[in-house]
Amino acid sequence: MLGSAIQWSYITQNWAQIQADLVQHIELTLIAVGLGALISIPLAVLAWRFPVTRGPVVSLSTTLYVIPSLALFALVGSVTGYEASYLTGEIALVGYTMLILVWNTLSGLAAVPVDAREAAQALGYTNGATLIRVELPLSLPYIFAGLRVATSTVVGLVTVTALIGLGGLGQLIIYGFNANGFYTPIIVGLVLSVALAAVLDLVWVGIERIALPWSRSRRIRVQV
Amino acid sequence: MHFLRQVVDWLTSGAHWTGSGGIPTLFYKQLVLSAAVVAAGTLIGGGIGLVLGHTGRGSLLAVNAANAFRAVPTLALLTLLAIYPPISLKWNGFLCSFLALTVLAIPPILTNTYVGIREVDADVTDAARAMGLTGRQVMGRVELPLAIPFIMAGIRTASIEVVATSTLAAEVFYSDLGTPIIAGLNSNDSVEAFCGALLVAVMAGLVAISLGGVIKLVTPPGTRARGRSGSLLTSAPVVEVGV
Repeated sequence: MLGSAIQWSYITQNWAQIQADLVQHIELTLIAVGLGALISIPLAVLAWRFPVTRGPVVSLSTTLYVIPSLALFALVGSVTGYEASYLTGEIALVGYTMLILVWNTLSGLAAVPVDAREAAQALGYTNGATLIRVELPLSLPYIFAGLRVATSTVVGLVTVTALIGLGGLGQLIIYGFNANGFYTPIIVGLVLSVALAAVLDLVWVGIERIALPWSRSRRIRVQV
Repeated sequence: MHFLRQVVDWLTSGAHWTGSGGIPTLFYKQLVLSAAVVAAGTLIGGGIGLVLGHTGRGSLLAVNAANAFRAVPTLALLTLLAIYPPISLKWNGFLCSFLALTVLAIPPILTNTYVGIREVDADVTDAARAMGLTGRQVMGRVELPLAIPFIMAGIRTASIEVVATSTLAAEVFYSDLGTPIIAGLNSNDSVEAFCGALLVAVMAGLVAISLGGVIKLVTPPGTRARGRSGSLLTSAPVVEVGV
């Protein structure tokens, strides 16, 4: 129904802008997932090693996930300012990756076979060595599954940051809507977002296959 | 402190609590939109998941639907439908918001229903068949009740996402709690945006908590402990990622 609505001339004439939006989309996504992983994985390990901290860690990440993205951008922006600042966008986007990454890392650690842990201890591994050499490597399939889900989620969410002046491909969407019914930029934004998520997902699968050759052809069920 | 005082003033101002743009009306309209979307998503996603799970067909679709749809920007669907003439801004933006958000609500419910049905122990369904139940009876009386913890987890995820995302409906002129946020962002009024955000956060929290209660009520007693290995994470919905 919308196929005939695409104006190819718009795409060729505005290619530079579309490219710039796509690059910003990729930047916002990678920074959010990268920072999210740097914060969430250690937090999950902390929660695993010290059960007292498990409640607060899970509650914090759940709370951030439940707050609507638009609201979180507005809340953070009222402190950091509403100008198109990466800081505002990233604080909220990182918040969304946390629940997914913390839960997956915890599920991975919980799924480590007791035998493996006991064998490591029988070999004289300290608790720290068991964690780094046995438990974390065995959790990696779960962590990768979390990174994949977090990446797709963030690719979709980045468009919402258009409402605070960032947006990557979301800029095209808002432009098309405000230009009083101009389908082409919206469709370009939609298609490129989905394609970007698919490409990034394949990249994760590739990295996982190289990093964890033993996990090939396994199906991981994660809780999100 | 000046900012907090302004926030308190905004929230306690009588003008913000009455009329068609008042907080109660916005709150109610957002609830109506979200409830309609979750109901439609449950009928469609739950129905498809139930049939696929029962027949065992289409597993690739069911398993990957949730993850693939995650990246579809709701903002794009919303604006596309809002400028598509047959739908456009009918019913003050309700129709396009409803349709766009339903697309968001279906995948988690579909995937969770499918997984929940597939997780039912084959011995149980075999026993039901041996007792003379037809395929449809097995589905309705055995598989469906046993899958309820999974289905409810999917409905909860969908509800939280829908409540959160329905604030975007304000961008296509459906007035709900997103309205003060977007108005505030557009006019650089951080007090208004902050108050709107605060109200939505309260609403999302209330929905998450009350759904927890609903889940306890509708879960058959025998199935409560099912499917939660480790019991570390209670009632988290399932996403399967094929590797």
